[in-house]
Amino acid sequence: MIKRILLGVSLLLALGVIALAQGTVLLNGAGATFPGPIYTKWFDVYHQAHPNVQINYQAIGSGGGIRQLLAGTVDFGASDGPMSDEQLAQAKFKVLHFPTVLGAVVPSYNVPGVTGELNFTQYALAGIYLGTITKWNDPVIAKANPGVNLPANDIVVVHRSDGSGTSYIWTDFLSKVSTDWASKVGKNTAVNWPVGLGGKGNEGVTGLVKQTPNSIGYIELVYAAQNGITFGKVQNAAGQYVKADLASVTAAASGASKDIPDDFRVSITNAPGAQSYPIASFTWLLIPAQIQDAAKRDAIKGFLKWMLTDGQGYNEGLTYAKLPKAVIDKELKAISLIQ
Amino acid sequence: MSATATTFGHEAPHEAGPRAFVKRFRRGDEVAHLITLVFAASILLITSLLVWELWRESHLSRAKFGWMFFLTRVWDPVFDNYGAAPFIYGTLVTSAVALLIAVPLGLASAIFLSELAPRKISDIISFLIDLLAAVPSVIYGLLGIFVVVPLMRNQIGPALKATLGFLPIFSGPNYGVGFLTAGIVLAIMVVPYIISVSREVLLTVPGDQRDAALALGATRWEATWKAVVPWARTGIMGSVFLALARALGETMAVTMVIGNAPNIVASLFSPGDTIASTIASQFTEATGDLYLSALIELGLVLFLMTFILNGLARLLIVATERGRGKQS
Amino acid sequence: MSPTSMEKARLVWRKTVNVIMLSLTGLAALGVVSILFMILGYLIYNGGHSLNWNFFTKLPTPVGETGGGMANAIVGSLKLLLLAAVFGLPVGLLTGVYLAEFGGKTFSFVVRYTNDLLNGVPSIVIGIFAYSLVVLPVKHFSALAGGVALAMMVIPVTVRSTEEFLKAVPNNMREAAMALGASRWKTIATVILPAASGGILTGMLLALARVAGETAPLLFTAFSNRYWSQGWLQPIASLPVMIYTYAIAPYDDWHRQAWAAGLVLLTLVLLSNLGARFILARTKSV
Repeated sequence: MIKRILLGVSLLLALGVIALAQGTVLLNGAGATFPGPIYTKWFDVYHQAHPNVQINYQAIGSGGGIRQLLAGTVDFGASDGPMSDEQLAQAKFKVLHFPTVLGAVVPSYNVPGVTGELNFTQYALAGIYLGTITKWNDPVIAKANPGVNLPANDIVVVHRSDGSGTSYIWTDFLSKVSTDWASKVGKNTAVNWPVGLGGKGNEGVTGLVKQTPNSIGYIELVYAAQNGITFGKVQNAAGQYVKADLASVTAAASGASKDIPDDFRVSITNAPGAQSYPIASFTWLLIPAQIQDAAKRDAIKGFLKWMLTDGQGYNEGLTYAKLPKAVIDKELKAISLIQ
Repeated sequence: MSATATTFGHEAPHEAGPRAFVKRFRRGDEVAHLITLVFAASILLITSLLVWELWRESHLSRAKFGWMFFLTRVWDPVFDNYGAAPFIYGTLVTSAVALLIAVPLGLASAIFLSELAPRKISDIISFLIDLLAAVPSVIYGLLGIFVVVPLMRNQIGPALKATLGFLPIFSGPNYGVGFLTAGIVLAIMVVPYIISVSREVLLTVPGDQRDAALALGATRWEATWKAVVPWARTGIMGSVFLALARALGETMAVTMVIGNAPNIVASLFSPGDTIASTIASQFTEATGDLYLSALIELGLVLFLMTFILNGLARLLIVATERGRGKQS
Repeated sequence: MSPTSMEKARLVWRKTVNVIMLSLTGLAALGVVSILFMILGYLIYNGGHSLNWNFFTKLPTPVGETGGGMANAIVGSLKLLLLAAVFGLPVGLLTGVYLAEFGGKTFSFVVRYTNDLLNGVPSIVIGIFAYSLVVLPVKHFSALAGGVALAMMVIPVTVRSTEEFLKAVPNNMREAAMALGASRWKTIATVILPAASGGILTGMLLALARVAGETAPLLFTAFSNRYWSQGWLQPIASLPVMIYTYAIAPYDDWHRQAWAAGLVLLTLVLLSNLGARFILARTKSV
């Protein structure tokens, strides 16, 4: 009996060891959850066109992506926030940033009696999340929404419990528009939230907002669009109340692209321009500048080129905004930096 | 066949001398002893390695915060200030709530299954309850969000507030997520362990215990509660500590229903957080070295808590056994 | 002597308490069982119609495309469980044998205590540990690393149940074997282990069933894979990680697949539990 078991086990182990290399290039990437859907779409389409290239991407989070890249356990990373100077200094090798799509974070809410879109000033959002504005009928909110019947109820604030790029974008925006926020809380994938409940992931926040009257929570535009969630307009740097959509997000990037640095690490929250949506951001692929394996190097360069040209055509179908042309042109040139 | 057969001198494990050793060795006893010893030692090796790894990776945080780590109530990744106090509190509170619900529920079920139900039905129901232990915690988390949280906010919370709202533990706003909800979900997750083990132990209690009580005129319940259950006391306590271990370390389900706010308040309706839940939520995203180190130190703190609680458990069992020994 | 009215009243009270308490225990058991049925019902209701042939045979597709499945995750989970069994069960079994048959007093106490500690380590910490042990040195995720992490969770439960069931074997069996001249290890191998085999097997299957649903230890070890995983040194998909990934995504189609995967996972565990009980019953009746 034991002999038979041992035979069976060794057979299975032997079968498992037969690795079929045969020219297949397998690339592993890890990082941001926000662009996860579009990345899986791209990698799948690219694989159909180039069957010998398999790109396996897992959305374990922006921070996770950066760490795994620095540790060398993945071939590339992905992050909703650019790597900081310290992180780049820590890396044993040079890392290049390539923006891929644009995303936005929107404020969703559940206010009894309110069915339409609310306008939020920058001060209002900062105040709500700082805990200084506590009621829905606070004059700051009411002034921006004339004619809307706001109840005198306490605002229930919802934020992300897990570290995430979405939180990074949200807190980056709040840090820019509120010196109080910048000094007391700051920006990061996870922060010491002054008030509020935590929900895990976009769906956790959405779930809480849906179930809790008088609540407000921030979620990705993609998520809101896919699930038909009502969200509010945010006032931008030019003073206009802008609703997040593909056009306004791309407008934000265009506005900022004139000053985009060569390494593409830039924050475009609170971007100038009358049509710009103020809580928008690039998301980046993090590629090592030097790749030893020639097959992997060619695969990555090939993919990047495709992504910047044909790939962008898939963005809008999944509610991701396209990169502005100026940025694409600059990136195509930067691909040659990968050696 | 009589069980009192004497051994014939083959069994002489302490015979001295090299010849005897070779004889034992040839018969494989020493080899077997050695092999199993090595494997037993590997458990010590694995655990020591684990603790060493946790110790090593948390040195940045330990160096910076020292003992204050246990008392600091702040968890701030932006300004790099970390403290474990809210999470220690949350871990203890949710586990306590879980046990307060699961132990009576589990013990009552175990009593029913071992004393009252016909054996066949008891076996089937017990099998079904064991399956609860196998449900993945992610599923428990999802069910927590979709079922328990609305229940808490719309039915259970208001009911508690209406009747016991004057107590500090039931004060404050009720969002649906929080300590109580997490405790309830944990209770469901650990109750199978209590039922399964307690039932097994209760079944081993000799029938004459019950019969003697009944003969003295006790009702069925009295016989069970006063004669049978005390006999199985240590086994039942063992099951409770098994359940506690699971509750302390549970990650996924808790993080989805606890509200994730580092609070230390009396109200059970308040959102809070536990050590395991915090590590799970933030580990993948943490990039700063000190941040990571603090998260790992949290893991070390939990290990210490488990160590202490296990020690208390063993002491308790030894004490009650000695107490019982004195009686008999 | 006829009972006084106070004695009569007290008897009525005791009888009432009796009925109430016994009913409560019945209700408790009923309540717990109904929770299980509710969970099963929920899974079937939400995920049932996503269970089709594609689910069991196809690879995952990007969102928006129908016809995808979790074939690689099902195979992946089985592969990971095989590794967990190969690495974890022998260690658990032999340690249990040591504790029940050979152990000295203090060393056994230390091993048991440490075993209980290992049992209480949160799964995410085990994952982090396995990551630093198996992933970092070679710089890639692998099924092997996932198997190691799961094995570390299988060991403590196996040790405990093996020891308990070995101890339950009556001593006269041991004495009889040795009276016939068998050495210690032969007694264990040919008499005691077979006698306890049903129970030990149950414990092993229950340990495997529990790790089958664990997500956290796999996130940093086995990672996951949208494609078929070759061999043992590549990242590999698994049902719990797929459930986790799909459940938190924005897309309804993925949500339904997550419930379906949960149903498949639970069914697999159910079947293995049934198998364990069946084997136990058969060996007991022998």
